[in-house]
Amino acid sequence: MSKRVLDRLNQVFGDAILETHSQHGDDTAVVEASRWREVARFLRDDERCAMNHFIDLTAVDYSDRREPRYEVVLHIRSLEKLHRVRLKARIGEPPSIDSLAEVWAGANWFERECFDMFGVDFVGHPNLRRILLYPEFVGHPLRKDYPAQMTQPLVEYRPEAIGKLPPFSEHEGMPFGRQTHDRAAAHVNALGFTDE
Amino acid sequence: MEPLDIELDEGELELPNDPMQVNMGPAHPAMHGTVRMVVELSGETITKVDVQIGYLHRGFEKMCERGTWTQVFPYVDRLNYASPMLNNVGFALAVEKMLGVTVPERCQHYRVVLGELARICDHLVCSGAMAMELGAFTPFLYFCKARELIWDVFEEETGARVTHSFGRVGGMAKEPTPAFKEMVRNALPAVRALIDDGEKLLLANRIFLDRIENVGVMPKDLAVALGWTGVVLRSTGVPYDVRKVHPYLTYDRYDFDVPVGTRGDNYDRFMCRQEEIRQSTRIIEQALEQMADEGPINIDDPRIVLPPKDEVYSTIEGTIQHFKIVMEGIKVPAGECYSYTEAGNGELGFYMVSDGSGTPYRVRIRPPCFATMQGIEKMIVGGMVPDVVPTFGSVNMIGGECDH
Repeated sequence: MSKRVLDRLNQVFGDAILETHSQHGDDTAVVEASRWREVARFLRDDERCAMNHFIDLTAVDYSDRREPRYEVVLHIRSLEKLHRVRLKARIGEPPSIDSLAEVWAGANWFERECFDMFGVDFVGHPNLRRILLYPEFVGHPLRKDYPAQMTQPLVEYRPEAIGKLPPFSEHEGMPFGRQTHDRAAAHVNALGFTDE
Repeated sequence: MEPLDIELDEGELELPNDPMQVNMGPAHPAMHGTVRMVVELSGETITKVDVQIGYLHRGFEKMCERGTWTQVFPYVDRLNYASPMLNNVGFALAVEKMLGVTVPERCQHYRVVLGELARICDHLVCSGAMAMELGAFTPFLYFCKARELIWDVFEEETGARVTHSFGRVGGMAKEPTPAFKEMVRNALPAVRALIDDGEKLLLANRIFLDRIENVGVMPKDLAVALGWTGVVLRSTGVPYDVRKVHPYLTYDRYDFDVPVGTRGDNYDRFMCRQEEIRQSTRIIEQALEQMADEGPINIDDPRIVLPPKDEVYSTIEGTIQHFKIVMEGIKVPAGECYSYTEAGNGELGFYMVSDGSGTPYRVRIRPPCFATMQGIEKMIVGGMVPDVVPTFGSVNMIGGECDH
């Protein structure tokens, strides 16, 4: 059903739509990052698309697997026409893309979260600051090169008061998990040994 | 006559001109301990508010990238901890969508029944807590008692009262117990009676009504643009329910109504929730009717479902199959998918990327109350400080879900 939205996008924007697919029934269009806001506004205002219901905005870090590194993913649907579409834009380092906060009011917090977790700079966002983490936090934790073991306590640990036992090292944020995509984490297992 | 020109500047008592800033939360009883609102006041009217979330952030999405697909289930339990079963079912459906499998019909009905029971719990907690924050403690206890009856069913079925971790990719952890249908059928009338009693205490209470009617109004268009879903959206008059609009499991086979509000105020949200509880009991009755007593619960695919325990201990095939699934995880084909279900607060979505291995490359959860919390600002600015309490109570913000 939402195939028609993809057709319409292809017809109107032509070259700016880099690729479309419908894996698992989710209709997806990859948009050129420079025309991100323009395409979004078209989808909202065009009578035949009428995608007025904001659903989700996030990003994926493909790190060393793909170039450019980041993919910003937007899910929207139409309240009247009941179709859904996923828009994606690929952006490199340093990640930066137009903000959609003026297109859908809902994008505001989702973009803040995306900035918090991936460090994506949303140009034109009215209030781009951290939302889930605290302002003093260094780095962006959902990037693949952020080590999951790392801890950044807001209040310093007092080792003399806690008296930690040997298996625990300084950084023990997420010491569990046999398998991980987190390559920079040096595959530290629960006992603190590295297997490389 | 001498004019009354008292020199105000020289008076000792001066009223401050700056707007007063008040911190509500995170350690405020009405903020559930997880939200902080910095409110700017002019008199007792709120002129500006900064809603700060994140006090319950636990790095959920990062954790999902470490471990197998099945190991995500305990995490999703702790998203919306008022209705963990709905999250379990939602995540199971998302992985099944990627694998391209459908669970047997008996399991679909089973998931519906458990899910709707969880939805009743979720709505009861919200309505009860909202009433309690307004000082009505008795209805809260009535609702808690009703929830207790449902939790007894969960305890019997899953072994746990709150965080069940009962969902599995390709089925459920266990078959329904022989007494399952009877237990649910016995519990429902008692639950309904308790809800009626609790509701009567509230809806005949002028104080309660005065504090929720025409308070925290949200216009329809803005709610849609903000990405609201679920009860909060329906209370503004939009009949969007994932179960009706994009039916999953066997929801297209049941006869139920979607209650909608008209004004989008606290009263509408409260009433929509109460009505949805009644509709859920209707769904449960129909699902129990249609659910077969015999038949498989899990799909028949050795690459996805664990073998029975006695086979693991007695045959080499069973041992290997078990080992492969537990140690390497279920191999989900490479690609991406977005799967969404109607959870307690609205559309709970999972956007997942797989690289073909047994570990998720990225699990994005789309929490319904994250979008809802954005709207709080619009709802409370211009209102009074005491209005924050019922408004915040009626959107059912669950910290675990909102803060990941």
